[in-house]
Amino acid sequence: MAETLVADQHARGAATAHQFDDFEQQRDAATMGMWIFLVTEIMFFGGLFASYVVYRVIYPTAFAVASLALDITLGTLNTAVLLISSFTMALAVFGSQTGRRRALVGGLALTILLGLVFLAIKIYEYYQKYVEHHIPGPSFAFPAPYTEPAKMYFTLYFAMTGLHAAHMIVGCGLLTVLIVMAWRGRFTPEYHSPVELSGLYWHFVDIIWIFLYPLLYLIGRHLE
Amino acid sequence: MPERIVPVKVYAKVLGALLVLTAATCAISFIDMGKLNTVVAVVIAFVKASLVAAIFMHLRYSRRLMRIVVVAGLFWLGILIALTMGDYLTRGWR
Repeated sequence: MAETLVADQHARGAATAHQFDDFEQQRDAATMGMWIFLVTEIMFFGGLFASYVVYRVIYPTAFAVASLALDITLGTLNTAVLLISSFTMALAVFGSQTGRRRALVGGLALTILLGLVFLAIKIYEYYQKYVEHHIPGPSFAFPAPYTEPAKMYFTLYFAMTGLHAAHMIVGCGLLTVLIVMAWRGRFTPEYHSPVELSGLYWHFVDIIWIFLYPLLYLIGRHLE
Repeated sequence: MPERIVPVKVYAKVLGALLVLTAATCAISFIDMGKLNTVVAVVIAFVKASLVAAIFMHLRYSRRLMRIVVVAGLFWLGILIALTMGDYLTRGWR
């Protein structure tokens, strides 16, 4: 009897692994592991942020002028889309904590949808940059005297938003797996670490964008 | 630490605050305040990031060790930027 109960809990991922004192400690360790990973992600993006600071300090005017080439309406809209997606992700976590499967699946689906809207807008922005010859390379064009430093600005723009977009794509993939698991009733108020941890990842990617938005879109607006 | 369930109302309020701050930082960027523009933009970004981390990411309800991990991460990022700038900003010194 006890054995079947343990087997059943195991099937739902709710069992405590032998190296942990109790279930709570196991959950805490999982959350801690995720935060450690996110800290390495801070350093991953941090290299790009540090490069940005270096070149922004060396070429302040060129960066401000080059930033005006970005579409502030789309940038602001995308910021709102991403912030709302963080809210729907929080809703999904709430659903998993309280055993509300509709809130969980619905929250996850909305989050993926908003993530895809964000990526679609980003692709359209990239296309605009392509049309305007703002992609660093042989066909790059920007009025003198800012041609070279503007190339640096756009290199950083594509590297930072590109790395961010890659994280968004990974996030959408994670959430798709979660929807399938949630649909199959794999999560309970006792066991929902995958939802909680994927939520941390999604919010982290949101935080990166919270910094990218003012640093890339807003630095030259006062010149207009 | 037992899990704390945050009411949806709190999440909604945070979202409202985040959207208002986004509108604010966007509007403020059009005013010419010189170097202060960047300072204000970064401060607002930090406030928004803190809101997301504290409420959405449950850091406010987590044990202190978890918060130390995050602060340590930011501290290390600070070292990265400070030492890099310490180099670039002093290259002109004779």
